[in-house]
Amino acid sequence: MAGIPHDHYEPKTAPEKWLHKRLPVVALVYDTLMIPTPKNLNWMWIWGIVLAFCLALQIVTGIILAMHYTPHASLAFASVEHIMRNVNGGHMIRYLHANGASLFFFAVYLHIFRGLYYGSYKAPREITWIIGMLIYLLMMGTAFMGYVLPWGQMSFWGATVITGLFGAIPGIGEPIQTLLLGGPAVDNPTLNRFFSLHYLLPFVIAGLVILHIWAFHHTGNNNPSGVEVRRDSKENAAKDTVPFWPYYVIKDLFALAVILVVFFAIVGFMPNYLGHPDNYIEANALSTPAHIVPEWYFLPFYAILRAFDNTVWVVQLVEFLSFGIVDAKFFGVLAMFGAIAVMAIVPWLDTSSVRSGKYRPMFKWWFALLAIDFVVLMWAGAMPAEAPYSTIALIGATYWFAYFLVILPLLGIIEKPLPQPATIEEDFKAHYPHAAE
Amino acid sequence: MFRKIILSAATSLALSGASLAAGAETHIEDVTFSFEGPFGKYDQLQLQRGLQVYTEVCSACHGLKFVPIRTLADEGGPHLPADQVRAYAAGLDEVEALGVEARPREWTDNFPARAGDGTGPDLSLMAKARAGFHGPEGTGINQLVRGIGGPEYIHAILTGYHENPECAPEGIDGYYYNTAFGAGAIPDTCKDDHGASTVPGSWIAMAPPLSDDVVSFEDGSPATVDAIAMDVSAFLMWSAEPKMMDRKQAGFVAVVFLILLSSLLYLTNKKLWAKVKGKTVNL
Repeated sequence: MAGIPHDHYEPKTAPEKWLHKRLPVVALVYDTLMIPTPKNLNWMWIWGIVLAFCLALQIVTGIILAMHYTPHASLAFASVEHIMRNVNGGHMIRYLHANGASLFFFAVYLHIFRGLYYGSYKAPREITWIIGMLIYLLMMGTAFMGYVLPWGQMSFWGATVITGLFGAIPGIGEPIQTLLLGGPAVDNPTLNRFFSLHYLLPFVIAGLVILHIWAFHHTGNNNPSGVEVRRDSKENAAKDTVPFWPYYVIKDLFALAVILVVFFAIVGFMPNYLGHPDNYIEANALSTPAHIVPEWYFLPFYAILRAFDNTVWVVQLVEFLSFGIVDAKFFGVLAMFGAIAVMAIVPWLDTSSVRSGKYRPMFKWWFALLAIDFVVLMWAGAMPAEAPYSTIALIGATYWFAYFLVILPLLGIIEKPLPQPATIEEDFKAHYPHAAE
Repeated sequence: MFRKIILSAATSLALSGASLAAGAETHIEDVTFSFEGPFGKYDQLQLQRGLQVYTEVCSACHGLKFVPIRTLADEGGPHLPADQVRAYAAGLDEVEALGVEARPREWTDNFPARAGDGTGPDLSLMAKARAGFHGPEGTGINQLVRGIGGPEYIHAILTGYHENPECAPEGIDGYYYNTAFGAGAIPDTCKDDHGASTVPGSWIAMAPPLSDDVVSFEDGSPATVDAIAMDVSAFLMWSAEPKMMDRKQAGFVAVVFLILLSSLLYLTNKKLWAKVKGKTVNL
């Protein structure tokens, strides 16, 4: 790993030297584990390990579930019940998998907001950020298709609504929707291709995770002070960092264990709390549920999708100017994907030269408002699309875009940042005055 | 750490706007079952009584098609003797399939399904497919505190039949007024100017299935409508979630060991970092 100067792996014994000459795999593992990591990382830097755990958990439980599941429209629901009743430990594996998705998204949101606050997306870490956003998009696709597999009412109608979004794209929308569904409506071909993709995408995610880790190992981790590790000498670098093993491995494992206490309490005692009761009713194309609600982790973006209906003047204006090509439905779809897109290009929207939000007195408040906005949107997404919720969702959606497109670019110009520490060592010593050299 | 737990609670609230009441306001009473809470267990005798109610009353119109009959003998469930379960299976409808001769039902088969005119929805998963408790305001707090309320919902439906309210003394022909049922029709005379219902519940197609002493229990348990409704609700919770006790035990063991692991890792972490932070730790 390039970047921060540190001691690399040196093969000592004859077999090690033999292997190292042919395939330096031990060096790869050693250098990855011993990578110098800023010593001032706080508890918000633990979500990466939680996410890695989630991916492994989902792949392992998912592979076992796939051994017993039947991807057929008339058998899928019954095969899930077979897993719940007849497969040894099947009920635990399924509940771990279903709730594992919730833990995955809970962790990824905190991970993303950590990055947004401490400016982890800023140069030179833009690629890490973009790969992270791609992982997040794939996670959403994978989770959505996974939710369709039990073939309950919410599976079926959620699939109908979400694939319908693609149908809103003018011109090419309907062919895309037909391709996604494998026919004119959600049916057996849809279930089959969703199962296939639900099995495939996690491995694509795993590949991107390796790139994600490679990218930030190359640039070095960001840290709460936003100040870079000194690279002028090995000695100075060592003053700013500790090796990942054992310091952060143990710290991250401790955090993971605590989070798993809560996770297993939910799996053991209230495994259906985060789900929707309607999904225990087998899919029925003739009976539409009263409220079609996506899983909680999609709600903020679902709220943005629904916020822009044809009573909003911006929507009316765009429809007029585009000769009706961009109607309210398409506008909503653009807004939903746009909400993620503006987040993805934030490295080029944030004009401030200061990386960490800690030293940005105005930014702090706008960021706090964004975090609140996210929760409010999540709540509004769960409520029916009617007054006053639609207004709340519209305000929330507007702030989301305003934060990325207006506030961040302006703040960098008008804000007067606070003094930053010169080095990570200085920041660390401010917390721990007796810290060793 | 606490901040994170509160955060996780806050998020989990936001999410289960999940189950919003559809249609009318309903009245679901929060009754107490033996299987509630982290250590709650099914009451074996209650499940046996519930099975009797299902067999003698509900099964005329409602199937239980996802439940394997042999699981009636499982520990933690009704736990009936195996030969009794075999005999019970033989007494159920024959197994029919296209192109094959009908054969007697074995205990390795599932309960029969019910389909056609006058039949109701399958009851296998009813206790998980309905939410008795909602909100408030889509926050999911009630469901967090009181549970999702599936068996409470079934109990409320079975005990929720009332005389037609004053706004519609004639009711709806062929339907029955039920204060716990939210998804049914409501006569226009029971709606205000905005179309909102003025009465709790709505009209349901199922005739009141229970009356006092509609079944008689061998163990001499009371057979009031309320008691029968409790028994069959408990049985349907078991039929929806037969592994509940296994799950709670696994969850409990996992939580205990993870707390232990967390404590050890906490101490390891503290000692490990002490040198870096220039602190002294006495362990």
